[in-house]
Amino acid sequence: MLTVENLHAWYDHSHIIQGISLTVNTGEIVSVIGRNGAGKTTTLRTVMGLVAKRKGRVGFDDQGDILMESTHARYHHGLGYVPEDRRIVPALTVRENLRLGLVASALKGQEEAVIDRIAETFPRLKERLNQVAETMSGGEQQMLAIARATASEPKMIMLDEPSEGIMPVLVDEMFDLFIRLKDQGTTILLVEQNVERALGISDRAYIMDQGVIVHEAPAADLLENKEIQDRYCSV
Amino acid sequence: MSGITPDLLALQLFTGLALGSVFVLLAVGLSLIFGLLTVVNFAHGAFYMVGAYVGVFLLGLTGNFWISLVFAPILVGTLGLAVERFLVRPLYGRGIDYPLLLTFGLGLVLVELVRILYGLEGVPFDTPPLLRGAVDIGIGYFPLYRLFLIAVTALLVLALWLFIERTSYGLIIRAGARDPEIVRVLGVDISRVWLIVFAIGTGVAGLAGILSAPMRSVIPDMGSTVLVEAFVVTVVGGMGSLIGAVVAGLLVGVVVAFTSLFWPDFSDLSMFVLMAAVLLIRPQGLFGQKGLMG
Ligand SMILES: Nc1ncnc2c1ncn2[C@@H]1O[C@H](COP(=O)(O)OP(=O)(O)OP(=O)(O)O)[C@@H](O)[C@H]1O
Ligand SMILES: [Mg+2]
Repeated sequence: MLTVENLHAWYDHSHIIQGISLTVNTGEIVSVIGRNGAGKTTTLRTVMGLVAKRKGRVGFDDQGDILMESTHARYHHGLGYVPEDRRIVPALTVRENLRLGLVASALKGQEEAVIDRIAETFPRLKERLNQVAETMSGGEQQMLAIARATASEPKMIMLDEPSEGIMPVLVDEMFDLFIRLKDQGTTILLVEQNVERALGISDRAYIMDQGVIVHEAPAADLLENKEIQDRYCSV
Repeated sequence: MSGITPDLLALQLFTGLALGSVFVLLAVGLSLIFGLLTVVNFAHGAFYMVGAYVGVFLLGLTGNFWISLVFAPILVGTLGLAVERFLVRPLYGRGIDYPLLLTFGLGLVLVELVRILYGLEGVPFDTPPLLRGAVDIGIGYFPLYRLFLIAVTALLVLALWLFIERTSYGLIIRAGARDPEIVRVLGVDISRVWLIVFAIGTGVAGLAGILSAPMRSVIPDMGSTVLVEAFVVTVVGGMGSLIGAVVAGLLVGVVVAFTSLFWPDFSDLSMFVLMAAVLLIRPQGLFGQKGLMG
């Protein structure tokens, strides 16, 4: 589904991503973990086309190399992205935020039906559809961000620390949701600080440090390997 | 003070609203363009002036005010489209000063071009026959053309409001003003949105130009004072706020109208006093958001 080869990215003159290669196969959940500042967010942003200076190859689905394509083109290829800081539009209602996830989609004509379906999957949003988004709790806002990104039924979705700063019951709900998304055929690339939870639902994982990938393994193996976890994931 | 009756005051209020209508039309476009593109459009007054001259040209060509009224804003909007696409767009991401300087220069160029084509002297623009004279509005007689101006402004603001609040495109505009990046992530080609918003903003400035033509003299310089007034209104209302542009435009119009009634010497100054007072109390303007200017 996603093949990243020798990816580099820069912010101004600082070389942040220094030659990363990773693959996510169709139907997998793959985690990227690593300590603060390792470059996880920058990796996802580069794959989404949001870092201007970039080099390497990003193969997606049957599209060939999409490295230099625009961000909105990636959405149309079926690549969804939930950024680190949620980025719901605070002054819009929950319903309007969801509609925003559909304005450019082929499903736009079935807006009502899609929002009804989302309301079933996200009971917390259902009763708050007409509420202004910023008046919800952080966890509910995160759920909204995920619902918005999945509304157009992307083939693959990248999530950047979705569980950060969220109360435990919602984290449980969220990870259950990821498993359900996977069952429905969505491929997932997950960046998480919550290492055990992430590895628990992942097929494979990459460990990043200082802009490069330092380790790759099946998630189950990494879960056992406390030494690697301590070396690269403790803060 | 003798001769000041309640009816006279009410009439002056209407005069203020008519004056304010032009401010509203200008500030709405200026504010929309700033809110979305963070471009401070110093050519806005020039687009207004071009609107009046395109009106003169079309009126000469067709002899029909209504055709001119419809097509002048469309042509000015098309000019705005080309300006955004070929001049402003290459400057995005380089800071607010680049487009500011560009539009400033563009304004000068447009004024010079019109001078070459039409000369320095003003050209006449007759009030269309249907809108001449005055009507009794209950408190006294009021010029029909000014009522028409208020009505057109009200309709346009209503249409813009419906567009922004009720359509999917408006949803994109509201979200894009706040967070252009997330709008791109959700599949929208934001540069197209910017193009259209710039065209709408300049087109509405052109509409203000042709609407003002029968009331003010049509001269190449007519955009420069108006630009200052439009900025005052935008600052009072809050940069980037549609409702702010409407409220502040009418407020400034009414304040200017009443000062010219009571203290004619201060009528030019009054809007700046108002601006200073608003800025002291609310630096972001009446409806502006804090920290929008970064
Ligand atoms: N906009 C930016 N401009 C310059 N440098 C940046 C920018 N964003 C991030 N960086 C730098 O790039 C490096 C990688 O940051 P990144 O956000 O990708 O790390 P991360 O792994 O996501 O960290 P965290 O776990 O804290 O989210 C850091 O050293 C950071 O300081
Ligand atoms: Mg991060």
